[in-house]
Amino acid sequence: MNVPTMAEMMAQGKQPEILFWVGASGSYDDRAKKITRAFVKILHKANVDFAVLGTEESSTGDVAKRAGNEFLFQMQAMMNIEVLNGYEVKTIVTADPHSFNTFKNEYPELGGKYEVYHHTQFIKKLIDDGRLSIDDTVLKDRRVTYHDPCYLGRANGEYESPRDIIRKMGVNLLEMKRNKSTALCCGAGGAQMFKDAEKGDKEINVLRTEDALKTKPQIIATGCPYCNTMMTDGIKATNNEATVEVLDIAELIANSQNL
Amino acid sequence: MQYLPNILFAIILIVGIGFFVRNIRKIIRNIKLGKDIDRTDNKSERWRNMANIALGQSKMVRRPVSGILHIIVYLGFIIINIEVLEIIIDGLFGTHRVLSFLGGFYSFLIGSFEVLALLVLVSVIIFWIRRMIMRIPRFWNKEMKGFPKNDALYILYFEMVLMSLFLIMNAADIHFQELNAGNPVSQFLAPLFEGMSVTTVHLIERSAWWIHIVGVLIFLNYLYYSKHLHILLAFPNTFYANLETMGKFPNDKNVTKEVKLMMDPNVDPYAAPPEGEEDSVPEKFGASDVTDLNWVQLMNAYTCTECGRCTSVCPANLTGKELSPRNIMMKTRDRLEEVGKNIDKNGKFKDDNKQLLNDYITPEELWACTTCNACVEECPISIDPLSIIMEMRKYLVMEQSAAPQELNMMMTNIENNGAPWQYNQMDRLNWKDEE
Repeated sequence: MNVPTMAEMMAQGKQPEILFWVGASGSYDDRAKKITRAFVKILHKANVDFAVLGTEESSTGDVAKRAGNEFLFQMQAMMNIEVLNGYEVKTIVTADPHSFNTFKNEYPELGGKYEVYHHTQFIKKLIDDGRLSIDDTVLKDRRVTYHDPCYLGRANGEYESPRDIIRKMGVNLLEMKRNKSTALCCGAGGAQMFKDAEKGDKEINVLRTEDALKTKPQIIATGCPYCNTMMTDGIKATNNEATVEVLDIAELIANSQNL
Repeated sequence: MQYLPNILFAIILIVGIGFFVRNIRKIIRNIKLGKDIDRTDNKSERWRNMANIALGQSKMVRRPVSGILHIIVYLGFIIINIEVLEIIIDGLFGTHRVLSFLGGFYSFLIGSFEVLALLVLVSVIIFWIRRMIMRIPRFWNKEMKGFPKNDALYILYFEMVLMSLFLIMNAADIHFQELNAGNPVSQFLAPLFEGMSVTTVHLIERSAWWIHIVGVLIFLNYLYYSKHLHILLAFPNTFYANLETMGKFPNDKNVTKEVKLMMDPNVDPYAAPPEGEEDSVPEKFGASDVTDLNWVQLMNAYTCTECGRCTSVCPANLTGKELSPRNIMMKTRDRLEEVGKNIDKNGKFKDDNKQLLNDYITPEELWACTTCNACVEECPISIDPLSIIMEMRKYLVMEQSAAPQELNMMMTNIENNGAPWQYNQMDRLNWKDEE
């Protein structure tokens, strides 16, 4: 697919409307790469002038910070800020709530001040601005439940943009008992994604998947590659792969628009 | 001789309040053992938070049943305490119901107090039933054994007894009952004393009056030793709470300084430190003991009333892990109390070979946290257990390099190839051609 880099843009003397920050998961994880491509299809469809950093992108350092390594975090942040400011980036869009959170809240003090959007917020804006239209027939009446990623929801108070988009697809949006500010974490946050869980009597992702299954969904929608992994594993662990799909909102749109 | 009760009353009052003031001073001193943090910005928002969250109890009703019951007890507590004012005046000057000259208004006041006292009594009994009969899980977590469990019950019993005494005191006040105004509840108790001699009823009335006020003073002094301190500390705690978005974790300024030095090509790495800084001990990263935490975190620990709402929403705790955010607060307070007692005994802190980390809070608890902020969101009085967990993680990683092995590998990968996994940074854009 056509994905210009900032370096290429600069060589042509162009400044894109947005920088799409792909993130490590979206770049390397096979499941998350599908989300990345779905979002790029949406950007193409809406004629958004965008670019990525490509090989110049590096970890935001978010996960190092949550693991307690403030030094590594700030090193990564300063290096990224140098690159981003070098390209005079004004607007960052990312499909990873953890990158979104750290760019929005923790980078400004370190010299990285950008307008930051989570991809669901950006998609909502595209729809509101009339640049993207949503077909509400393909997924009509499909039973969909939405899992709030902690770093989008509680951490940044964004509960409605993802739900607004989902509703526009004509689906039957079902709320779990624990939702929005009371949503249960998928179990991946705080660097848990990269380590085994401590001793306990259950895995967090299974508990959260059970929350979701109680709504009898056909699709579990979410807006975070890590939540996606955890919920997908939860669906497998509870033997529901045949009937329940875990999809990112970008994928839902790409599917519903046949992109 | 006739002034004996007045003198006795004055002594009890002075001793009761004196001890209370002494303990409050101790709490303030202990809280000040924490590091400095500036929470004086945005005064108007802070006042608003205090008004809404502490005074207005806005977050209590996230759980409607306990929330509404709590509001009844809270309103009862505040309003009925107006009556304590009259009791103190009566006690000191030997008057009886000194405010009764207010007439109809007085009847209205006492009448409201009686209704509230009954409501409080009922609410407190329901609280007891929730705890002991329904055994709601958050009251029965591991950390709620021994004193923490009994503490909660003592408070409920105290309130039951105080409210009952207030009603009995009114019911046994023959003159007050004869007026038949302001006694909407006690009039139904008054028949209990029918047939008793006037002297006996008077004795009951006096006993109830004395036990009530002495009970109030004992309760006041029990606060310091109990989880019930929240009735006072909820106010400063909500005022000084973090105003930032929950997702924003503070950037360590000392680290920023070092990173900037490292990234500045003009810095001479062999240069002597600037004048005056040669011998300065480098700041410790993170927290291994209570004195490494900031004073707001220490105030949080004294404010926690162990309701367990945080623990009941913690994903780690819900799946059987050691971590309980409530216990993080309880252990922080226990250690702070220990440090405080050490200072009382030795004049200043004498090393006791103990610290918050390991002796109270284990790394296993700290590593189980998903930083999901559910505990912070849930706390009805803006306590932030997550900030303590993060400070202690920082200490483990930055001072002790004691992260779990998998996390060390993850961090090495970030250092080497800019991603938590071991992939080549040159492959970052491969996804675009993979479909």
